[in-house]
Amino acid sequence: MFAPGESRLNLARLRVLDKLIKSRWPLLLARSITLAGFVFTILVGLLGSPVGSHNFAIIFVWIAWWTALKLFFIPLGGRSWCSVCPLPMPGEWLQNGSLLTKAQKSIGLGMRWPRRLRGNWLASGLFLLIGIFSALTLTDARLTAWILLGLLGTAMLLSLIFERRAFCSYVCPIGGFTGIYAKTAPLEVRVIDSDICKSHAEKTCYTHCPWGVYPLAMRDSSQCGLCMECLRVCTYDNISLNLRPFGSDLGQTNSITRLDETLLALVMLSSALSFSAVFIGPWGWLKSAAYDVGSTAWWAYTGAYLALSLLVLPGLYTLAVWWSQKTGQAKAPFKRLLADYSQALLPLGLFTWIAFTIDFAFPKFSYVLQVLSDPFGWGWNLVGTSGVSLPSALLGAAPVLQVGAVVVGLFWSANLSQRLVAKQVQPARARRAILPLAGFSLLFSLTMLLLLLG
Amino acid sequence: MKHWKKILFWGLAISLGLVISLAPMPVKATSSNQKLFKIQASRFAFSPAVLAVNPGDQVTIELVSQDVVHGLSIDGYDLHLVADPGQTASMTFTAGQAGSYTLRCSETCGAMHPFMVGKLQVGGNDLLWRAAGLALLAVIAGVWWKRV
Ligand code: SF4
Ligand SMILES: [Cu+2]
Repeated sequence: MFAPGESRLNLARLRVLDKLIKSRWPLLLARSITLAGFVFTILVGLLGSPVGSHNFAIIFVWIAWWTALKLFFIPLGGRSWCSVCPLPMPGEWLQNGSLLTKAQKSIGLGMRWPRRLRGNWLASGLFLLIGIFSALTLTDARLTAWILLGLLGTAMLLSLIFERRAFCSYVCPIGGFTGIYAKTAPLEVRVIDSDICKSHAEKTCYTHCPWGVYPLAMRDSSQCGLCMECLRVCTYDNISLNLRPFGSDLGQTNSITRLDETLLALVMLSSALSFSAVFIGPWGWLKSAAYDVGSTAWWAYTGAYLALSLLVLPGLYTLAVWWSQKTGQAKAPFKRLLADYSQALLPLGLFTWIAFTIDFAFPKFSYVLQVLSDPFGWGWNLVGTSGVSLPSALLGAAPVLQVGAVVVGLFWSANLSQRLVAKQVQPARARRAILPLAGFSLLFSLTMLLLLLG
Repeated sequence: MKHWKKILFWGLAISLGLVISLAPMPVKATSSNQKLFKIQASRFAFSPAVLAVNPGDQVTIELVSQDVVHGLSIDGYDLHLVADPGQTASMTFTAGQAGSYTLRCSETCGAMHPFMVGKLQVGGNDLLWRAAGLALLAVIAGVWWKRV
């Protein structure tokens, strides 16, 4: 099962999994369930209690789903959420003219996505937009429902205008960070024998991929939605679903400069700081400022958040890279270094978000049980859990887990910086050239720890 | 990297980590005191938000609400206080083990209610210092560790 000399385990070789993957029905079933849940969430959001903590929509989206995404789907499965995500489904079904696979005739204009809008720029922008309105979104069930509807509508519209998953690849704010963090995850879809692919003219995998990815050309997992369609259509059964070591996509020098990924990685860092300050910090004025959309205080909050995301952190990071280039006399162009070194921000960001999520969501798990019994907040008690609350002693472990997460992320990030610098710099200068980068990560983590534990 | 070097590296890193996490911090000898806090609760904050006490202290909290009904509960303590607008509610308890415990508003008081928090700091904030130490160790170890 292990390819010789490689630390990969092809899960598609396991008989049970192979059956589950090769049939299109299990995935369709899973997607139908998430889509039904999604529709239910929107309905409850619109009709249920306006008190956020009593509304299924708020609790399920921002506590249950968010926690599952950050603690389970992304760290263990990369873009695995995208394989069952309901947002693009209706559009994709329309586009394909079928629920299961591509019909001969497809609906929609099938235009190509404009070149200038490629990459993660739009996703970063949309994530910032969510951040600006986060206090309102996270507490207002109606708004949450409208946002979900808006995303659904946009995804559908884009499916009809553009080819394949334009929304997921270039617009979705969730897809953006899920994609870059997917590089850290221990799961990948890859070609088994590249020679077979090169001689196969039809490239069925590429023509069938909903994402427009050609498996042989994949440089990392950021654009793979793990739908497994390529495994199903490959004429030679030449594609594997691999378990791989964590972070296998990281540490290479890339042949293209992707500053959009750098910016998104930085936006995720700044947002973790800002969300922690607003939702975990003790500052009531900050909470009110973030909440009172349109007020002067809110504009100040917005300005500060955008400045942190687009000026302060990018500035500090640029400074660190510049300093590293000077001390290490790295030959590569500065832009290339900015992009390459920013890979080290991925484990840092992922684990920071894990730490944030533990603090943010753990204490609110009793709400999850409550809304299961009383989704609309109308006083029901369907499964008898509407009044429960978790013993608060359980929360004692949370801070320790958070510290653990931050420390692991920091170690990983520093180690990655070291490996990336070693590719650019003479060994004698390497140690000193790492310092600014490691310093940036350390400074960021200390700030985060202060916000979480201070 | 050679085998024994790996073992040495991880042995050193882990034992340093354990020392940072577990080494006893100097404790100031304190006789138990009476502590009184008058906390103003308003949407969505407690003021003061951080209550610093020592283990064994007799802590009295007087909660005054300035706008709507607010409550107060403390993670790890089985206590609950509700203050109607303009009214004072109070309770007394004995501070237990050293550590940080989150104060939470326990009465739905508006949109940001679930995030209305404060902190009961019993003893020094050791965890923060230990965490900072571990962070420093993690960076140094990360820079040093070379994968073969
Ligand atoms: S990119 Fe966004 S919309 Fe597309 S599948 Fe992933 S999470 Fe869903
Ligand atoms: Cu309150």
